Amino acid sequence: MGEMSAVGLMGGFWSNQPVRVALAVGGCAALVCAVVGLSTVMRRQAFAGHALSDVSGAGGSAAYLLSINPLFGFLGIAAAAAGLMEWAQVREARERDLLTGVVLGAGLGLAALLLYLDMTVRSVSGAAITVLFGSMFTIPTSIVPVALAVAVAALGASALIFRPLLVTTLSVDLARAQGVSVRTTGLIQALALALAVSLSAMTVGAILSTALLIGPAAAALQVARRPASALALAVLIGLAATWGGVALAYQSYYWTPGHGWPVSFFIVMLIICAYLAASAVASRRAGAPAAVPLSGCQDH
Amino acid sequence: MSTSEAVVALERVAVTFGERPVLREVSFRLEAEQFCALIGTNGSGKTTLLRAILGFIRVQSGRIDRAGGAIGYVPQKIILDPGLPLRARDVVALGLDGARFGTRLPSKERAARVQAMLRAVGAENFAEQRVGALSGGQQQRVLLAHALVRRPKLLLLDEPLANLDVGSTAEIVALLRRLSHEFGAAVLLSAHDMNPLLPAVDRVVYLANGCAVSGKADAVVRTEVLSRLYGYHVDVLRVHGRVVVVAAEARDESRTALERDPVHTIPVP
Ligand SMILES: Nc1ncnc2c1ncn2[C@@H]1O[C@H](COP(=O)(O)OP(=O)(O)O)[C@@H](O)[C@H]1O
Ligand SMILES: [Mg+2]
Repeated sequence: MGEMSAVGLMGGFWSNQPVRVALAVGGCAALVCAVVGLSTVMRRQAFAGHALSDVSGAGGSAAYLLSINPLFGFLGIAAAAAGLMEWAQVREARERDLLTGVVLGAGLGLAALLLYLDMTVRSVSGAAITVLFGSMFTIPTSIVPVALAVAVAALGASALIFRPLLVTTLSVDLARAQGVSVRTTGLIQALALALAVSLSAMTVGAILSTALLIGPAAAALQVARRPASALALAVLIGLAATWGGVALAYQSYYWTPGHGWPVSFFIVMLIICAYLAASAVASRRAGAPAAVPLSGCQDH
Repeated sequence: MSTSEAVVALERVAVTFGERPVLREVSFRLEAEQFCALIGTNGSGKTTLLRAILGFIRVQSGRIDRAGGAIGYVPQKIILDPGLPLRARDVVALGLDGARFGTRLPSKERAARVQAMLRAVGAENFAEQRVGALSGGQQQRVLLAHALVRRPKLLLLDEPLANLDVGSTAEIVALLRRLSHEFGAAVLLSAHDMNPLLPAVDRVVYLANGCAVSGKADAVVRTEVLSRLYGYHVDVLRVHGRVVVVAAEARDESRTALERDPVHTIPVP
């Protein structure tokens, strides 16, 4: 996938405009995903998070068709799906998974249609790859301010519900007895999740966005013992993987002259390395060699 | 009795699940700082009653009046996820300000309150451990601290003595009694075995047959009173310093209710 060849590699790493945009948008995505992903993993909603990112792909595809900012496309569909799932508010974990599966199927079907239309009606040949797997060096500069605004909104929402969400995660009954508005907290979390997923889909693509959302949080949760350290560690892993991925993809241009490697590949690989390292630390701490459960969402 | 003193007052409360009435007509009141046991066999509706008081369940008829102020609750069955990055200390701190939106800076005063609460329930030794990794008894102490730290006027404890061995049962009862006085909270504590509680409680609410009688233990746990409540003859016996409630005659429907609970039952000849 020669995404860099379209842009050209002029000047050094830091003075290169596509690299700067990638660092900025990727940084926003990594930061927000680490924070929101943490509560998503703690609430055991990783599958819902994965479904939302995949479904957001339909929005990204629609954006090409309508010639609008793709971030708005991702966000629109993700918010609608998150709202629908939170509104249905299914209690049983099994039923929640079924509903999530149905939403996921519908969203992917829609994405398939829209991507087909992108290619046939609009003749946007790279749309499928860009929407599904991301193309960080082709992100338009105009997206940067929008991404920043989305990031600020998501972080603000997460800060607002930080403690009520922790109590709710611990136990819904304890939260209600304490006067937590569980419904409001859940809706705000769903909104933050939609914002995070759209940023992440913009960065590493709709399919891989789960990796950015779930990976750093899951790695941090293996070793952290308190909320603040889990948060700090997840953010560190997310930012390091994303910026490291951008740097590696830039470097890859010199490995295979003429075309670079996709950024998303490096980001996901770095996240998986962090996860494995965290597992190793956790199992050494526990004193016993533990199996490494890898989420089925990251089959790379 | 004046209504003004009641921390919670129930009047002819009925709760039905689908077609099935679980509570038919429950009335009692709990006054400030009373330590009260809610006694009933398994399935008699103790959890349902506590959840109705909390407002989690809508009552079909009757009314529940609660005085203002915070309420503390320790549920019967609670599974704390061992994967959560929450130390026992964090859980107690969440009891203090977990319902507040937004972030706050750490405060010395709040930290001191949490520390004092951890000490009061004897949880200092495991305060730094992940709460999900603690034993059942340790978790119970942490959840008690979580409920008490905001100084509730009413503390609802659902079967806090279940799954404890005899030694720790006496210890926990003494602890609960002491804390309820120290914190000035009225306590309603459910149990299917009244024996460990009888020496410690101010009052008993005895739940059977969808109805309740309440009063001092001596006045409630009596053959005539409980026979009227059950709707058939039961004997209240004192054997080896324990109170047992025995169904005198084999009545199919009623016997199953009693026999579900071994503590209340002696096989009928
Ligand atoms: N949500 C519910 N839906 C239907 N039936 C219920 C529900 N909760 C409790 N019950 C029934 O109500 C009865 C009383 O239950 P519960 O209050 O848990 O009793 P206890 O706590 O005294 O053991 C039981 O027969 C139980 O099956
Ligand atoms: Mg119960």
